Parts: sequence; structure tokens; C-alpha cells
Amino acid sequence: MTGWTRIEGRATALPVENIDTDQLIPARFMSTPRSEGYGDFLLYDMRHGDDGQPDPEFALNRPEAKGARILITRRNFGAGSSREAAVYALVDAGIQVVIAPSFGDIFSSNAINNGLLPARLDAEVVEVLLAACAVDLTVDLESLMITGPGVSFAFELDPVWRQKLINGWDDIDLTLAHADEIAAFAEDRKERAPWVWPAPVQG
Amino acid sequence: MSPKTLYDKIWDAHVVQQDEDGTCLLYIDRHLVHEVTSPQAFEGLRMSGRKVRAPEKTIAVPDHNVPTTLDRDDAATMTEDSRIQVAALDANAKEFGVNYYPVSDIRQGIVHIVGPEQGWTLPGMTVVCGDSHTATHGAFGALAHGIGTSEVEHVLATQTLIQKKSKNMKVEITGKLRPGVTAKDITLSVIGVTGTAGGTGYVIEYCGEAIRDLSMEGRMTVCNMAIEGGARAGLIAPDEKTFEYCKGRPHAPKGAQWEAAMDWWKTLFSDEDAHWDKVITIKGEDIAPVVTWGTSPEDVLPITATVPNPTDFKGGKVDAAKRSIEYMGLEAGQKLSDIKIDTVFIGSCTNGRIEDLRAAAAVVKGKKIKDGLRAMVVPGSGLVRAQAEEEGLAQIFQDAGFEWRLAGCSMCLAMNPDQLAPGERCASTSNRNFEGRQGYKGRTHLMSPAMAAAAAITGHLTDVRELM
Repeated sequence: MTGWTRIEGRATALPVENIDTDQLIPARFMSTPRSEGYGDFLLYDMRHGDDGQPDPEFALNRPEAKGARILITRRNFGAGSSREAAVYALVDAGIQVVIAPSFGDIFSSNAINNGLLPARLDAEVVEVLLAACAVDLTVDLESLMITGPGVSFAFELDPVWRQKLINGWDDIDLTLAHADEIAAFAEDRKERAPWVWPAPVQG
Repeated sequence: MSPKTLYDKIWDAHVVQQDEDGTCLLYIDRHLVHEVTSPQAFEGLRMSGRKVRAPEKTIAVPDHNVPTTLDRDDAATMTEDSRIQVAALDANAKEFGVNYYPVSDIRQGIVHIVGPEQGWTLPGMTVVCGDSHTATHGAFGALAHGIGTSEVEHVLATQTLIQKKSKNMKVEITGKLRPGVTAKDITLSVIGVTGTAGGTGYVIEYCGEAIRDLSMEGRMTVCNMAIEGGARAGLIAPDEKTFEYCKGRPHAPKGAQWEAAMDWWKTLFSDEDAHWDKVITIKGEDIAPVVTWGTSPEDVLPITATVPNPTDFKGGKVDAAKRSIEYMGLEAGQKLSDIKIDTVFIGSCTNGRIEDLRAAAAVVKGKKIKDGLRAMVVPGSGLVRAQAEEEGLAQIFQDAGFEWRLAGCSMCLAMNPDQLAPGERCASTSNRNFEGRQGYKGRTHLMSPAMAAAAAITGHLTDVRELM
């Protein structure tokens, strides 16, 4: 994963609450290998009409949403299933920042692990941005500011997550730097709670 | 020592390392794996030449994609992509040497039913799985939550997870439940109060007399849907019922190890003066049999109510309710009990255990399902299926006109052949009524097994108390 500190790009509005991960990517697409790209699956059932054709009126299908890198939406975005495929769909569609008043917990972790920023702003501020869309915005991880024509807002982000996004860190490498501590902990816990250690796997 | 919550105690026992800002490396005792969220994680290990650090603590079982029809041995019952995912789990389980229950094994079933059933899930453990309904295992007083595929790879490689501690929320259900009210009604009613984002950032501990009175199966139903309230994990302090359930399970400790475990398990409760960041109290007697009317689990009302009017709500919920009512094909003011259904689904990690099947069978016994209805019972595991057959429940369902299926996730999520058609309306014992969750444009009403059984008999959403 490559890190980033600043994104300038088109922001598009999706003024809907509770966009859950089943909407972000319907389950029927989740058996497809990622190598084929998940961008076309993003919000598939919302983007397409009953005839299977893209609905030209849907926010993400409108000409001004073309090339959008920032999505602005309402509360509880990404609630539901733990499927990381929901994040793959956003990232593969070119989205690098989602701005909302709140996010599903597991979605946020998955987002950070894929370089996607879940930027939390107060609901009133989100409404201002929604009303202004489509606009070009700049999102800066150094200053934790979102700026655009005549607007400038600070957003919240966990400091560790911020470092991970900026540096594009691989968690497993970081954790394995503590391999000795993990081994020592396991030894100690095995003494205290031997019942946690099951018999070796039966082949 | 300062007083601690149950969550604090389990957390503290698993911290390998803590950074200055509070970020912790948490040791994971049990890692459950299924076929949909694991292929990329195993592939990642292979690419980087890593092994599974603790294969003996890793348990894999296919459930999401697997057909539940009796002919599922025939490869033609699955899509090519699904077949590849199940085959990949077969191969990965073998290559990396983890515990495995293949489709052909009678112990196969939904991962959250198999874990407790086989004694993998025990009090005081940390349990993770690439599935949000891992919250289920909290019923044992285990800290259990869903993780994404990157984290699945992280746990496979390191047996740890990078986590920041959540806040503590207490949800107390006082007193007794009224007849016809079940664990499902409790958990849905709590979400009705908190909203789907109300638990975000918290771990919930459910307590109170009505929770203590529940069986282990009921407690699993309650914790299963903590995630629908936004909380990653739900917990219930272990007690005699918990110990009784665990004792003698294939992977539960025996002899002196059992005694040693019990010594610690008996300390797993929230101290009297522990700090709670949020407390919600609901009277058990105020909870009614409920159903959902919309496309969010917070859209929940007693079966005696009517479909709300969007103008009853505030803020963004006005639009959301309007959209829900339109999607669900309902009208404001319509009586919930007048809503006709096409399909009944009894099963899932929420309600696919033996007690759920007993509750549904008690309503169905000696009756027939409404003409033209499609109704299925999908046991949560091969062992639940076998037990239900032994108890005569399978016969009751089949005599009534239900399909009696093999174990799997089935119609809970539209990933296998069991799906709703556009506009098809389902009384479902599953956990999510999201748009398209059970199939493209499908319409889901969530409820308890007894309520779903009642709907199967009458053909419309029904107050089960009228059939009791």
C-alpha cells in the first residue's frame, strides 16, 4: 500500500443515511476475484435500474461525478457486514476519501488498511458540503483539514490511522517486529491458561 | 485495584503490548475462518512466505456460499466462482494445517454455530472471524468481533490484532419477559432504542434478570445482533448455564484443566462500581413480539403497530423512512399484521440453533403453511439438523409444508442459490433487512422464529400470541 498526505479532487454527494456494506457491494459479486477489479460493483443495485442499465439520475452516474475521488454522504456509512470488498469497490472506483458524520467500526478499520480515509465531520458540516456538491476539495492529512471554494473544515482522525495512511504501512511487518513479545506473551498465557491451548490439529 | 467491567478484564488479560496512545496488540485465542473473506488472506501469506502462526487455534468451515439443498454434492448447484472459493478453503486448510470441517462433515455448519457447538468458544477468550456476526460468541463472556480480510491475514500471521479499546456500554433488561417474547425480540428492541449507530465505538454488556433467564442459545441470539446496533462486540457474563453448556464439548478443557479454567471464569463479571460510559435500561415486561418494517434493523416496532409515516421522524431519517417504505412496498398507517408475505426463512447464525427450531416447531405443530407460500427451515449445523430429526422437529416442519434443508447461511445473505426474487416478501429470522440483503429487490421483515412460524401458518405478519 502506498501512502499519501494530500488529495485534490472532485467530491460528489450521496445524500443517503445508513449506506450499508450490502449496498456498497451486493454479496453476489463477492465470489469474483479482486484481480478483475471491483469498481463496477460499487453500489451496483442503487446505480442500475430494473432493466439492468445505469440509472442516469443516480448521483454517481451523473456527468459531474465522473472521476470523483471524494464521496460525501450521511450518517452510519459502511455499517453492517465485515466484508472488506465494500472498501475494494470504493477504492477500485477511484474513491480515496469518504466524508460522513459516522462510519461502521469494521468498515473504518478496513478502509485504513486499504488507504481509504473515512473522514468524520459534524452532521451540520456534512450537510453544507452536500449542498455545495459537486465541488473540488482538498483533503490534507498533515493539517487534518478539508478545504474547497469558500469552505474549510477540520476533521477527526485517530493519530495511528493518520500515520498509517501517510506512510502506507503494512501492519503485519510492524507487528512482526514484536514477534519476541508475542512469543513471550503466549508462553506466559499458556502457563496461566493452559486450557486455551487445544491439542494439535488432527490431519 | 480499581473496579473493572467484564470487557476490561478480558481485554487486560490479552494485551501483548501497549503504545503510549493506547493502541494495543491483542492476543487472539480463537480465529474462525470461512470461505468468502479468507482467500485473499491466505494468498497474502503465500506471497510473503509466511505461515499460520497458531494453526491449532484456527478453525475453518465453509458456510456462506454452500448450497443447502439436499443435492448439494452435485457441483452444478453452485456457481463457478462459489465453487472456486470453497475449493480454495479446502486447499488452504490443508496447506496451512488448520482445523477444518469440510462440507461433507456432519459438524459443518454456520461458523458461529459450529464454534460454540464444538467447544472452541469458551469464556474469557478473544475470538475473531472475518464476519461481523462473530459478536455471537460474546454470549459466553468471550470478547468476540468481526474483522476485515486484511486483519484476517494479520491474525493468521501473528495471532494478534492491533486494536484500540472501545468504550463500555451496559444494556440491562430487567424483570421477566411476557409470553411469546423471545431473545430476538430483546435484541431487536434494543436496536430500536439505540439506533443502528448507537453502539458505534462501544462494547455492550447485556445484563439483568431477563438476560440471565435466557438459555445459551437465546444469549447467542442477543449478542449476535450487537453489530446491528453498531457495537463491534456484545458480552454476557458467564454463569452456571454457560459452564454447563461448555462442559464435555469436544474442544472444552477436561479434568484439572477444566477446574483451572473455572477458577478464572468465575471471576468474569463486571465489578459493582465499574465505570460505564453509557447505560440503557429496558423493562423486560415492556418488550413485545416485534418485526421490522423498513430496511434498517432500527426500523422495528411491535407487531400490533402500524407502518410509520416518514414525517414522524426528524433529520435525515425522514428521507430514509420514505425510501424504506417505498422499497418495502408498504403504506404509512398500514397495520403490520396486514402485511402479506411470500416466503418464510427460519435459520441463520442468529436463529439457526436447536432452541430456535423447537420454538418454531411448537407453533407449527399439527398445522399447515398457507397455500402458495415458500417456506424453509435451514439448521445452523449438521449436528443441529441431526438433533432436530431425532426430536421429531424435522417431521413437524415437513408435515406442515416446510422444506427441510442442510446446514449453511442460506437465505440470510444473497451469496448462494437461496435468494429472494425482486419484490418477494420474506418473514425472516436472520439479522439484516438491508436493501437487497436476501436477493436483488427482495423485501425482508426480521422477527423471531416463533413469529416467522406464525407468519408461515397465516400467510401474513402475525402476532404469535394469537396462535398460542
